[in-house]
Amino acid sequence: MDKNTIIKIADLAKIEIKDDKINDIAESLEKILNLVDEMNSVDTDNVTPMSHPLNLKQELRKDEVNEINQRELFQKGNVNTENGYYKVPKIID
Amino acid sequence: MHNKTVSELIKAIEKKEVSSLELTNHFLDRIKKLDSNLNSFITLTEEQALDKAKKIDKEISKGVLKPLSGIPLAQKDIFCTKGIKTTCGSKMLDNFISPYDATVVEKLNHAGMIVIGKTNMDEFAMGSSNETSFFGDVRNPWDKDYVPGGSSGGSAASVAARLIPCSTGTDTGGSIRQPASLTGICGIKPTYGRVSRFGMIAFASSLDQAGVFTRTAEDSAILLTHISGYDPKDSTSSRKPVPDYVQECLKEFKPITIGIPTEFLDGLDNKVREVFDDNIKILEKDGCKVKKISLKSSKLGVSAYQVVAPAECSSNLSRYDGVRFGYRAEDVENIEELYKKSRSDAFGAEVKRRILIGTYALSAGYYDAYYLKAQKIRKIISNEFEDAFKEVDLILGPTAPDTAFKLGEKTNDPIAMYLSDVFTVSTNLAGLPAMSIPMGFKNKLPLGLQIIGNHFDESKILALAHHYQKLTDWHTKVPEEYGE
Repeated sequence: MDKNTIIKIADLAKIEIKDDKINDIAESLEKILNLVDEMNSVDTDNVTPMSHPLNLKQELRKDEVNEINQRELFQKGNVNTENGYYKVPKIID
Repeated sequence: MHNKTVSELIKAIEKKEVSSLELTNHFLDRIKKLDSNLNSFITLTEEQALDKAKKIDKEISKGVLKPLSGIPLAQKDIFCTKGIKTTCGSKMLDNFISPYDATVVEKLNHAGMIVIGKTNMDEFAMGSSNETSFFGDVRNPWDKDYVPGGSSGGSAASVAARLIPCSTGTDTGGSIRQPASLTGICGIKPTYGRVSRFGMIAFASSLDQAGVFTRTAEDSAILLTHISGYDPKDSTSSRKPVPDYVQECLKEFKPITIGIPTEFLDGLDNKVREVFDDNIKILEKDGCKVKKISLKSSKLGVSAYQVVAPAECSSNLSRYDGVRFGYRAEDVENIEELYKKSRSDAFGAEVKRRILIGTYALSAGYYDAYYLKAQKIRKIISNEFEDAFKEVDLILGPTAPDTAFKLGEKTNDPIAMYLSDVFTVSTNLAGLPAMSIPMGFKNKLPLGLQIIGNHFDESKILALAHHYQKLTDWHTKVPEEYGE
């Protein structure tokens, strides 16, 4: 894993990595990928991937109102709110 | 009082030998006196616990007795508890007071239990030693130089030290069974979907499952009966009816066929092997049939897990953006910086590592090589279990490759840490239920026996565990300092 890949992934994941840490992180991710590469010892060409342990079908519910809005309760712990909105740094000039 | 099991405490409350308030105070005192060396709790909920205990005592005096009235419990700090700080072991949620209860919490509260506190854990349940917690390491009550296992380290250590009669946990790759093994208690991870995940902070949604820690199989059966069942708030929870696990666990035991995967024993530590073999002989002598089986792809479990779990974690943890709840970085210029700085300041090294691996595995061009490949391996592992269960009732093996390791021993070697879950991850990948029960000691540290069942075969697991505990007394052992 080169420096540019790490910078790209970190950007996608919205995580800052300090320049002096990039090599350490690259090394530890590399080790994990080597472990993961052991999967290639098995031929999986004709195997159906398993995305869920119970083969459940997605349950759908009726589109009905079943809970009242609790915005005030959910925003109670956040000081960065105003009139029911969340305050963030300016996005549009 | 702390030496009594949950089942004994239920009777004591019923017979009015002890009040709920007395029990609550007893365990609170014990935690205050003994937990400073263990660090198994993040938050004590003393005020709420005492209020509830008084309420329960009032109910009892009026003749209202719920199934678990007045029994103290510790909740892993991954479960949302209304009005109580819920941190998930992270700086990210150090200020988070949940506005609602998780279904598991709601169900146990409804059954009359008293939540005494929230237990310490690896940050966002990512770890096998409880050393990634923002709130400090948890120590193993058998020897405080050793880890209690993880991620549910606090839940396990507190039950092992008898600071609490029982606790909840969650298991994504072994986070209930491995700490149960390392601290010498019982820990059960039910079938995926048996217990609602609503309000349980998500790590890897297709693997996460809630369960419990107790000292006996019977106690596990009691709690499991109360937390299981369909929940409309969790679309992956199963509609399968919940048996009375207590009845199933206590009924007359009929000898069964046990499968032992040769792959679990290859290269195993000699002493662990010896202890395991001795236990199999006990069961064999008692009439069980023992059959060697092969789960040849199970050794790839850790590799597949290290793709599936981080991939799902990178997606689940994207919700922590510093905007709506949790930690928010200050002095930022723009929204991008708010996201990045909040996440970088508040996530620990292991969580960041897994987010990065997961993001990489899901990024354009790599999906087939990693995530899709891992899902195929998952299918192969699952098929091998399915085939095995055509021949045997339950599968047995050691829960972990060895006893607890020393604090700091594996913190700089993530791979060594991941491999301590080598026997537990494959059951999560296949969604199977499994339990760890104490089976002996090596150098004065406990070892766990893992019992794996087919989907929804919790009853069979509990019945064998209970029967085993009638034949042996490992589950009665207590670390010297915490016995009296």
